[in-house]
Amino acid sequence: MISPNLSATFYLISGILFILALRGLSSPETSRTGNLFGIIGMLIAIIVTFLSVGNFSISLIYVLIFLLLGGAAGAFIAFKIPMTAMPELVAGFHSLVGLAAVFVAIAAFLDPEAFGLGLPLNIKLASLIEMSIGAAVGAVTFSGSVIAFLKLRGIMSGSPIVFKGQHFLNLFLGLSIIVLIYFLCQTQLPTLFWTVVILSFLIGAMLIIPIGGADMPVVISMLNSYSGWAAAGIGFTLENTALIITGALVGSSGAILSYIMCKSMNRSFFNVILGGFGGDSDSDKKESSKEQKPVKSGNAEDAAFLMKNAASVIIVPGYGMAVAQAQHALKEMVDKLKKKDIKVSYAIHPVAGRMPGHMNVLLAEANVPYDEVFELDDINNDFANSDVAFVIGANDVTNPIAKTDPKSPIFGMPVLDVEKCKSVLFVKRSLSPGYAGVDNELFYKDNTLMLFADAKKMTEDIVKNLD
Amino acid sequence: MEIDPFIFRLSIFILSIFVGYYVVWSVTPSLHTPLMSVTNAISSVIIVGAIIAALASSDIGKIETSNIFGFLAIVLAAINIFGGFLVTQRMLQMYKKKKKNKK
Repeated sequence: MISPNLSATFYLISGILFILALRGLSSPETSRTGNLFGIIGMLIAIIVTFLSVGNFSISLIYVLIFLLLGGAAGAFIAFKIPMTAMPELVAGFHSLVGLAAVFVAIAAFLDPEAFGLGLPLNIKLASLIEMSIGAAVGAVTFSGSVIAFLKLRGIMSGSPIVFKGQHFLNLFLGLSIIVLIYFLCQTQLPTLFWTVVILSFLIGAMLIIPIGGADMPVVISMLNSYSGWAAAGIGFTLENTALIITGALVGSSGAILSYIMCKSMNRSFFNVILGGFGGDSDSDKKESSKEQKPVKSGNAEDAAFLMKNAASVIIVPGYGMAVAQAQHALKEMVDKLKKKDIKVSYAIHPVAGRMPGHMNVLLAEANVPYDEVFELDDINNDFANSDVAFVIGANDVTNPIAKTDPKSPIFGMPVLDVEKCKSVLFVKRSLSPGYAGVDNELFYKDNTLMLFADAKKMTEDIVKNLD
Repeated sequence: MEIDPFIFRLSIFILSIFVGYYVVWSVTPSLHTPLMSVTNAISSVIIVGAIIAALASSDIGKIETSNIFGFLAIVLAAINIFGGFLVTQRMLQMYKKKKKNKK
């Protein structure tokens, strides 16, 4: 058994190691060391907890068994999961953190003595507030993440579910939780505590169902943030520095990512939260889709010819590429182009994919060196000097209407200036609009050649024609 | 009058938010997915609370409801810790500079 002062010092050390873990991510070179710091920090925290509890009875064996059971399951998932499924995985993991926070809060409520928080039904006021907040935020994280997981997995429809009075119901639920926590502090009644937990589960689900599939990058980042605040809430309850530091780090990290995602879609955070975007009730869509405009379409041979004669090519990948699993074929195509001394780079929009940085991971998986992959701001000026833009599986993020039509729902969203290229190759199954439900003007431009096919199939055909 | 320890914890919390703010802005956008999976892994340090809850006992050998919640939380957090760190490692491994490309 070690003294509380010593264990607190060790918790501080693991907190600092967690900061270094995030700091390492500032460049791919240092990131692996950073991850190692994170693992060491976690080890320290767990070992110190065992030593400070000092209960080496039979239960310790059970704890280790449960730890290894969970660990084995986690390791299995980590090795099996395809990179295209990262968004679901992260949503699923968030739900686990949320539920773990709820369980720890419940355990602390049932047996406050174990945590030094007072006696059952006579818990210290501050601790009671902290544990109810931790439980409530944890429950919201859990049910919200479960809904996000179901939507990303396609088990639940990605279209927003909206009904009348939704916002009032959410407001009512939110206020009830606050009022119930107030009365819980007055009376210490277990029933009130359980009601708070149940209502929080409910509101978590209610908050996510009206948000459409296209907004998932924001939702995931937001739930990331929530899971951090839940951990911090529990950290205050347990008076544990490692948890408080980590909670604050994760909370602010998720909040920053949500902000970046919202900004990349030119939408306010509240606009996303209140939901309803990405439905099919947009009037603009019906208007524009009625006109039949001429489209130039081509085949793999034409595309290969255009690229062979280009000096520079910019690839614009989007979620469609991930769905078609075309990243490996794409890499093969790029290798062939490079052998012909054609300069190739990749342009990634911040909201390409279903979570922040998703495209980068998929390209990295296909062995694309990260220094050929550029962010929107770094590459947008290069389109004007390039010969061919190869758009594969992206749509809304290339739509020039975002710069020209103030009536468009995506007006103001930063987009890739693909149309400035000498020619644009657009791989797409059909002319259907993207998630935002807006027709893409790019389809009808003179310098655009549409390649109607599955992204993977088309890329493979181009590869054949490049020889 | 003595300062409530809560204020100290609050200070740590607020300062950590600032640290998090600056550290996360310096994360390169291409590593945002690993950032999410690693933050997820480290927030599972909540396992500390789960272990305390699981090992606490007023009577030796008797399992209370709170212990059960502790054990359940251990499993959930352990899935996250192993899964989170390993999947992050797997992703970061892909960002290694490849030498074989210089053919």
